[in-house]
Formats: sequence, structure tokens, C-alpha cells
Amino acid sequence: MKGSAPDRTGSSAWRRLLRQLVLVFALPVVLVAVWWVTSAGSQDVYWPPLRTIVEAFWEVWTAERWTGDVLPSVLRLAAGVALAAVVGVALGTVIGSYRRVRAVCEPVLEFLRAVPPPVLVPVIMLFAGIGDTMKIVVIASGCVWPILLNTVEGVRAVDSVMSETARSYGITGVARLRRLVLPSASPQIFAGLRQALSIGIILMVISEMFAASNGLGFTIVQFQRSFAIPDMWTGILLLGLLGFALSVLFRLAERRVLAWYHGLRDATRGSS
Amino acid sequence: MRGENAALGAAGLAGFLVLGEVIPRLGLVKQEYFPPVSRIAEALGVEVGDPAFWTALGDTLTGWALGLTIAVVAGIVVGVLLSVVPYLREATASTIEFLRPIPSVALIPLAVLLYGTELRSVLLLVVYAAFWQVLLQVLYGVRDVDPVAEETARSYGLGTWARVRHVMWPSALPYVMTGVRLAAAVALILAITAELVIGAPGLGARIAVAQTSQAVPEMYALVVVTGLLGLLINIGARTVERHALAWHQSVRGEVTV
Amino acid sequence: MLDVRGLRKVYEGSGRRTEAVRDLTFTVEAGELVCLVGPSGCGKTTLLKCMSGLLAPTSGEVTLGGRKVDGPPPGMAFVFQEYGRSLFPWMRVGANVELPLKQKKGLGAARRKELVADALESVGLADAAGAYPWQLSGGMQQRVAIARALAYEPDVLLMDEPFAAVDAQTRADLEDLVRRLWQERSMTVLFVTHDIDEAVYLGERVIVLSKSPTVVQEQLKVDLPRERDQLTTRVTPRFAELRTHVYEQIQAAKRGAVAAPGAGEEAEVAKAVGTAGGVPVDVRKDMPPLR
Repeated sequence: MKGSAPDRTGSSAWRRLLRQLVLVFALPVVLVAVWWVTSAGSQDVYWPPLRTIVEAFWEVWTAERWTGDVLPSVLRLAAGVALAAVVGVALGTVIGSYRRVRAVCEPVLEFLRAVPPPVLVPVIMLFAGIGDTMKIVVIASGCVWPILLNTVEGVRAVDSVMSETARSYGITGVARLRRLVLPSASPQIFAGLRQALSIGIILMVISEMFAASNGLGFTIVQFQRSFAIPDMWTGILLLGLLGFALSVLFRLAERRVLAWYHGLRDATRGSS
Repeated sequence: MRGENAALGAAGLAGFLVLGEVIPRLGLVKQEYFPPVSRIAEALGVEVGDPAFWTALGDTLTGWALGLTIAVVAGIVVGVLLSVVPYLREATASTIEFLRPIPSVALIPLAVLLYGTELRSVLLLVVYAAFWQVLLQVLYGVRDVDPVAEETARSYGLGTWARVRHVMWPSALPYVMTGVRLAAAVALILAITAELVIGAPGLGARIAVAQTSQAVPEMYALVVVTGLLGLLINIGARTVERHALAWHQSVRGEVTV
Repeated sequence: MLDVRGLRKVYEGSGRRTEAVRDLTFTVEAGELVCLVGPSGCGKTTLLKCMSGLLAPTSGEVTLGGRKVDGPPPGMAFVFQEYGRSLFPWMRVGANVELPLKQKKGLGAARRKELVADALESVGLADAAGAYPWQLSGGMQQRVAIARALAYEPDVLLMDEPFAAVDAQTRADLEDLVRRLWQERSMTVLFVTHDIDEAVYLGERVIVLSKSPTVVQEQLKVDLPRERDQLTTRVTPRFAELRTHVYEQIQAAKRGAVAAPGAGEEAEVAKAVGTAGGVPVDVRKDMPPLR
């Protein structure tokens, strides 16, 4: 009797894992299979067989293209988002900390964040030309708003008891910012960063579509203009994979940095 | 306090406009790149007098509204379906997680090839981007349904449709409204992007034309118009959301997962 | 040690004036454990926040060791009722306790570590330093908050209804913990509560506050033995008398009956107060302690 108990839990754990794997992979496998089969004999120029696309993928995305197009795109995105994060968090902390500053800035911020970021591309091109600077500034100026506004909200929402605790123990100034305000606002800041990341990818692609000599957006448009349809499809797939990979990376980073927040949320949910 | 805030806000706005006037006038930035506010306002006045501007605005709004409607309906239908049919939610989770972060601008070349500068190009991008916003909020909302309410309904023998209508839908509605608000903002961004990059008729295309013809004040005027449009959409969506939330007891934070 | 003179606090906001504290004068001697008790909503928290320098009084003053309090003084530690919101959830227990020490000048890392370990040991949480606060029960979280205050080595410990949100058994443990720490560390403790039994059980002296706008209703010396026990102390006739007396005072306070004249100055004298529900109660400090 005693020996059978761990066995049973062991096998049920295996069964759970198996079930989990089936649930995760079944539908994607089916979808890819359907695409593969239905497109197999496709004569439609715009919908080449998936087989052709996959074969083209390895020919198109050579090491040279990775370093010449993918890497510059990703670096621009990283630089733009990083710049937006620094500016957004810094300004957001100031605006969030002082009620009057917030009242003064609010209408202007409401307007600026409502401007659809892609229209900034032609505007910023005037100032920054068509080089990397332009792309980074475009990405940063589109990404800064969600980060800034979320930081403002996060800084405003610092708990009053925590704030008084810090004061009563003489934790003020920089220490208060570092130990209380920023950690407390970090869940909101991360929510802003996540929104910023998806806007950043959009801006990365279209700033390269507008004016560039390399990069993912540029390459994909080149394929489209030269009617290299399977190549274009590989570009679309690669962009999709990049979006997915970045969101996974972001989630990993978030889980790590905000481990306390998720734990706290689970703890309060469990008790209520 | 309210009055004071409004006054401070007005002061901030006035200061912003004055800076926009003074900085180029003093030559801190070139006027060809950043015209003074008065020049932009003048260009805006000319735009407003031009029937072609109103046609472009109408085109943009058509693409936005049509795309948003399709995305909202599709998002709600798919969301409810995934929640009602057993195992469907779990089976689709990984696929949704993969498809959602795919940037909709990746579809631009495909849209150009398939539909050129037609409205359908705009719709493809708008619907793809806005759909996920609605779908995810519907899924969060349904997950948030009180299990006790659900079981009560079950124990009284309510059928699936009645449960969806009387239990699931009212509980999820606030989330759905949040989804609609987020989708409305995203839809505008993508509508303008499609016009700007693909050249589908609308404000975006007009901005592209102004840019290529070096009509800088006109370009700024149009950018201001898109900003005001975005502002109106945000305010409108928030008002609708607040009305939908008014009867809802639980005040909840936005789901940001 | 800790002097409150003519303290008054009026809140003004959106066109309304609320007088939370009208006129409070009392003294807490060095090494004393004083309990403040009053009807709910009587401005206890306001008073404590004024005393800790978190709020500026409208008039009157608070002095600590002869120095006027006009901001959180370094020799004072505050334990809040809302332990869950007072500990920082992004820091582990050890870091939470250590944080205030980092603000103190001239404390080396080794000394800080020593103080943290000692404080956690004192509250019986030596093993919990690596846990996050939200992984602990409510009572344990409040122990962490107390440990944080202890590590700070304050002259005065202010506690604002610290056990109002924990269950009864935990509460009894925590009360004994406070008594023990007070005796071991010879601190001055000012303990605010709305629980009469708790006030009488814990305090060497009980200050009864009136309803808002607050004045001192009465001060009362608790002549229970120094060593107290949840079981035996609470069943002594003397305990019952004291709690009855405080109870009647609070009832009188709720009805707004005038406080006995001179309350506050003759702090040591527990007077016979005839106003309590019409039933005269005789409680004198010279009554022999009952055993």
C-alpha cells in the first residue's frame, strides 16, 4: 500500500505533464499542418506553398543578413526603448511626485500621448535625417508616453502607510526614491514598458520602411517591391518570431524583477 | 482644488503653445523644421477650409470605425466561444500567446500585394491589431467570473446560453469595455500607419504628401489633427467605459498581464 | 521624557473644518509603558502622528527629551496598525529590518547585521530573515515590524493599535512580547489601543481619551504586579475593577460627559468618578494590590 502511493502520484504527474504538452503543441501543430497541406500545390503567386517559404527562409536569412539587417534593427529598437525608459521614468517620477507639476502637465501629456506615434516619422526625419539617429529618436518618442504615464500613476499610488513608515525612519530624498518610490511603482513601470515594446517594434519596422538602407522593415519592403513573394513571407515570419521572442524575453525579465509582486498578489488572492 | 487644477492645466497648455511659438522665432530650432505655432495654426485654418481634408478625415474615420467594429465583434465572439467550449481555452492558449505579439506592421507588404491602397489594406492591419486587445480582455473578464455565481446558475439549471447572458457577460463587461478602449486607440494608430506607409487615402496619406512636397506647416497641422482625433477617441472611450462600469460594484485595476 | 502640551489639531479641507484633537496635555516618563485608550474615532491616530512628527499640530507642542518635535525625530520608532502596508513587499524580512539602519550615520555593515539578527531573535523570528513579508502570517508580519523598530534602538516606541488586525490568540502572544521587550530593553513605550482589556493588561498607566475633539478624560495608574500573565492577571479582581473603571470612563467619554477636573495634572491619582453611568466607582491608587 505504502509503496503504491508515490507511484500513483508519479504517474499522475507524468500524465499532467503529457496533457500540458498536448494542449500547448496540438493546435499549433495542426495549424501548421493545415497550412502546409492546403498550400502545397498553390499556384497563387501571393500564397506560395509553406514548403517553398521554409526552403526560402534558410537561403534568405544568411549570417550576412542577420548581422546586416536583423541586428541593426534590434539594436535600434533596444536603444530607442532604453532611451524612452530613462526619460519616461525620470520625468514620470518628477511629474508623479508633485501634484502641481502634474496638474500643469496633464493636458499637454494627454494630447501628446494621443498623437499616433507613426506620424512622428516624417516629423523627426526633418530634424534627424534618415540615419540611425532618426530611427532611435522615432522609437524613443513613440515609446516614452506609455512609460511616462504609467510611471506617473505608479509614483502617485505609493501607499500612504509605507510613505509614513519611510518618513518616520528618516528615509528621505534619494533613499526614499530608491527604496520606496521606484520599487513600489515598478509593476506599473513594467506595464508601461510592455506597451512601449510593442509600439517600439511597430516604429522600428515603419521607420525602416520609410527611409533606410538596411534593417528588417527595409528588407521586407524590398522583397515586396521586387515581387520576391516567398522571400517576403520569410520576412513576415521572421518579424513574427522576433515579436514573439521579445515578448518571451520581456516576460522572463519581468517575472524575475517583479517576483515579489507576483508572490504578493498570489498571497493576497489566496487569503481573500 | 478642481478649479486650481484646471487653471494649472490651462497654464501648462498656454506655456506649451508659447514655447512652440517662441523657440522657433528665437532661432533655437530652424523654422523650416519646426514652424512657430502661429504658422501651424494658419496652416490648420487652410486645411479646415479644404474639402479634400474633410474627405481624408472621413476616410480615416471609416477605416478606424469599420476595423474597430469588426475587431470588437470578432474578439467578443471568439472570446466567449473559447470560454464556453470545454478545453478550447487551454488548447488555444499557446497559439494566442504566439500570434498576439506578432507586430501587425509585418502584414504591411502582404496588404500592399493583396489589396493595394484599398480600404481593405487598412482594415487588415486595424483588425489584426485591435482584435487581440478585445480578445484578451474578454478572456480575463470571463476568468474573473465569480465561481459561486457560476455554480449557482448551474444549480438552477440555467443552460449555456442563459449562463453566458446572465452570469458571464455582466461580470466580464467591464473588462470588455477596457478592451474596447485599448482597441480604439490601437485601431487609430494602425489606420494612420496604413495610410502613411501604404498610401491608402486618409489623413496619414495626406501627411505623407505634405512631407514629400516639403509643406512643413501643413504637415504639423495634420499631425495636430491626428493628435486631437486620438484625444477625442480616448476621452470618448473612457466616458463610455465609465458608464459601463458605473453599475458595477467592484472597482478593479486594469489587467496588465 | 515625552511631553505633550496643549496639543490641538484641526483639519481643514474643501471648506470644512474638523477639530480632531482639542487640547491634550500629558507626559510619558522615561522607561514607562503607557497605554492610550479611547472610543473609536477619537483622534488617537491623529495624536500619535503629531507626536511622531508625521503631522504638524495646529497649536501646542510635543517635546522629546526636551527637544521640540517638528519632524520624525531620530530617537523614535513607529509601529503601524497596517503591518501589511508598513513593510515593503519587495524586500525580504532582513532587508526590511535593516533599511532604517542604513539611514543612521556611523553604523557599519557588521553592526547593522548584528542589530538585525538580534532584533529578529528578540521577536522569535530568527529564521525568517530570508522570507518575504507576504509569505508570513499577519502576526509574524507585525513581529517583523516590531523587530524593525527594535533594531532602530529608539528611546521611544510609538505603537498605533498594532494588534487590531490580528486574531485573538496571536494578539495575546504579541501583548506578552511587548511586555517582555519593554522590560528587557527598558524602552519608553506609548501604546495606543481601543481595547480596554489590552490597555489595562499592558500598561503601567492608562490615559483615557474623550471622543473627538479629543481631550484627556482621565489618567489612571495600573497597580497590577510587574510580572503579568494572560491567564492569572486577567482573572484578578483588581484587573476586573480597573477594566470596569476604564470601561465606564469610555462610556462617559462617548456620551461626552465632562472629564474630571484636573485630569492630566494629577496623573498619578485615579479618582473616584461618579459620573460613570450614575454608579460610583472607587478606584484609588493607594488600594493594596490584590494577589
